Amino acid sequence: MVLVLNDFSQAFSKAFQLIFHLDPALLEIIGLSLRVSMTAVLIASIIGLPLGAALALYKFYGRGLVVALLNAFMGLPPVVVGLVVYLMLSRSGPFGVLGLLFTPTAMIIAQVCLITPIIAALTRQTILDANVEYYEQLRALGAKASRMMKTLLWETRFSLLTGVFAGFGRAIAEVGAVLIVGGNINHATRVMTTAIALETRKGDIELALALGIILIAISLIVTSIVMSARHAAYQHHN
Amino acid sequence: MLHTNTITSMSNIDALPLQVNNLHITKNGNALLNDLTLTIESNDITVILGPNGAGKSLLLRTAHGLELPNQGTLRWNATTPKPQNAWRAYIFQKPVLLRRSVRANLEYVLSLHGIDKTNYPSLIDAALEHTGLSQLAERNARVLSGGEQQRLNIARAWVLKPNVILLDEPTAELDPNGTASIEHLIKTIAQEGTKVVMSTHDLGQAHRLANDILFLHQGKLVEHTSAKVFFEKPQSQTAQNFIAGKLLNGD
Amino acid sequence: MRRIYITLLFLISIGAANANEETFITLSSTTSTDNSGLLEYLIPKFKNKTGINVRVIAVGTGRALQLGERGDADAVLVHHKTSEERFVENGFGIERRDVMYNDYVIVGPRKDPANIQDTRHAAQAFKLISKNRVPFISRGDDSGTHKKELELWSLASVDAQQYSGEWYREAGAGMGATLNIANGMDAYALTDRGTWLSFKNRDELALLFENDPPLFNQYGIILVNPERHEHIKYTEAKQFSDWLISNEGQQAIAEFTLKGQQLFFPNAQREIATFETE
Repeated sequence: MVLVLNDFSQAFSKAFQLIFHLDPALLEIIGLSLRVSMTAVLIASIIGLPLGAALALYKFYGRGLVVALLNAFMGLPPVVVGLVVYLMLSRSGPFGVLGLLFTPTAMIIAQVCLITPIIAALTRQTILDANVEYYEQLRALGAKASRMMKTLLWETRFSLLTGVFAGFGRAIAEVGAVLIVGGNINHATRVMTTAIALETRKGDIELALALGIILIAISLIVTSIVMSARHAAYQHHN
Repeated sequence: MLHTNTITSMSNIDALPLQVNNLHITKNGNALLNDLTLTIESNDITVILGPNGAGKSLLLRTAHGLELPNQGTLRWNATTPKPQNAWRAYIFQKPVLLRRSVRANLEYVLSLHGIDKTNYPSLIDAALEHTGLSQLAERNARVLSGGEQQRLNIARAWVLKPNVILLDEPTAELDPNGTASIEHLIKTIAQEGTKVVMSTHDLGQAHRLANDILFLHQGKLVEHTSAKVFFEKPQSQTAQNFIAGKLLNGD
Repeated sequence: MRRIYITLLFLISIGAANANEETFITLSSTTSTDNSGLLEYLIPKFKNKTGINVRVIAVGTGRALQLGERGDADAVLVHHKTSEERFVENGFGIERRDVMYNDYVIVGPRKDPANIQDTRHAAQAFKLISKNRVPFISRGDDSGTHKKELELWSLASVDAQQYSGEWYREAGAGMGATLNIANGMDAYALTDRGTWLSFKNRDELALLFENDPPLFNQYGIILVNPERHEHIKYTEAKQFSDWLISNEGQQAIAEFTLKGQQLFFPNAQREIATFETE
């Protein structure tokens, strides 16, 4: 136990050293992590929010199957997503001509595949719940289905943010998919998680743990910025 | 005024008469509305009266196109109602307001019906003034008191200058002050030429507002008379018992 | 809908904007060359000379060859000659060249319960481990190191597989992870010297056996066959291969040290046998 505490305190001091020296390699890695995951969250939201809302509001043949798939995909192992995206983007795969493998774009695509189901499934549940309250009223006001969907998305925006950030958390923390499709190339596709995996593999547990601490700190900072913005907006509206 | 012209041309249909013929609504094998036939021609306040479960809400919902008859017809001036009709508005007992400002709630309704944006300010200001909400225009709708919320609900109906407003127990959740202000509003609306049909189980309210009474009991139309006749010489035994405050058969 | 597609494309292009439109080749290689820092040492020198950057995908030998086969790398730098030759025979790669060799070492608990420190041959050390049934962590991942380990077991005439799950443990993991496990279980393991030198999580783990010719490990570079994939940057990859076997490249390999020790020994255009007899 004392040894473990010692490990952690060393890792913490290492983490602070890295941060206060503004280590350029570290900044590059953090920057890429944020750029990739934030872009992925944006794209996944553009797809997942309307998709989830449509699944909650529209009845169509095969909807049950789509919902079941969505829920299953929420727990998809990142490695499997990584492999599938790899096979798609590989030079021998159907989208090989685009030359996207081992680029940040490939990592964004993999993360979009990972988190769109999460955002869509949580959106579906939120919209289903809200619809119980709003449906009759909106219908009586004369709203058509497409308008109802937009209205409900806007009305539940604060709850939906939670789903979006669940997606962000998963994107920035996953390693399996980005390792396969990004390749962990130094100065090109190395992100926080693949760097942590690499340092662990090299046996530099202290540096790996320090990077882990920084990753958690970044997640916390991003989430708390958004949550406090959400809180302020919520106060204003309620 | 320009906006009045716009609205009038939009909702320029003569809604009356309301004609109901052999209307049946059955759910899970229960006849909730049983063979209703009636005609409403007068453009003043019609109150649907009756105990809980009489079918009052169901009749109002059918009149707004929210329910479809299993049998028979309900037509406004020979037209079957749809919820999208802008010439008619529906007020729920408990309003569901949008999470935005009072003004934005009204803008929302105008946008639903494709009103030209340049007309928004004048229409909204008029509706706010009528309902006494001008001071609260920028307030978030969800923080209003119960009475203010119901007034906004009515403003939301009124902003479209409809020919008909249907209200389902609009004061059931309000305190006496709130009830008084809503009743006052309803009278104003009727005086300005909008046809009001509302339901209530409150005899006193019916007495204060109604020109015309539809008395329902167990899904059947028991009596349809002027308020004066209804309260002075109710023709059916059921209505007499109801006015006398007695329990009705089957309650 | 159209607007959404345009927005999507826009976002992807922002996220993808990699700014520097540099010339680069993709090299698939093994974790041993990358983790030791050798490639990080060599590549800037090569880039200085030619302006070409080398992007390294560090994986196991098997996967590195597969990346080449699928056209996802322009050149392959690995260390299992039989697989490399088969790769060339199958037409996936061309112009295989010997570049350098490094060596493996056997590490284990400092107390050395199998007493392998005093033996002279790697095969004998393996025999002692099996005889004493001291835990041994195998990579178990079909990597070059794993293949080398299997060769050593057969040299020792021990069928380690039959003890799998007993003292013989197959980790199915990379070199560093395998060493982490060995450390945790007080077990022996075979590792390349470079990974060992840069490995920090040692605790009671120590180097117990080294410097036996069967532990030497030849690296070769192969260019991916441009006739199979038209996007392959053959010219640039060939420049890298040429540079590695040039005097300058070979000297750079020899100069690279980790903690004062030379890890890789250049031997381009020479036979590994000449080293074995030294």
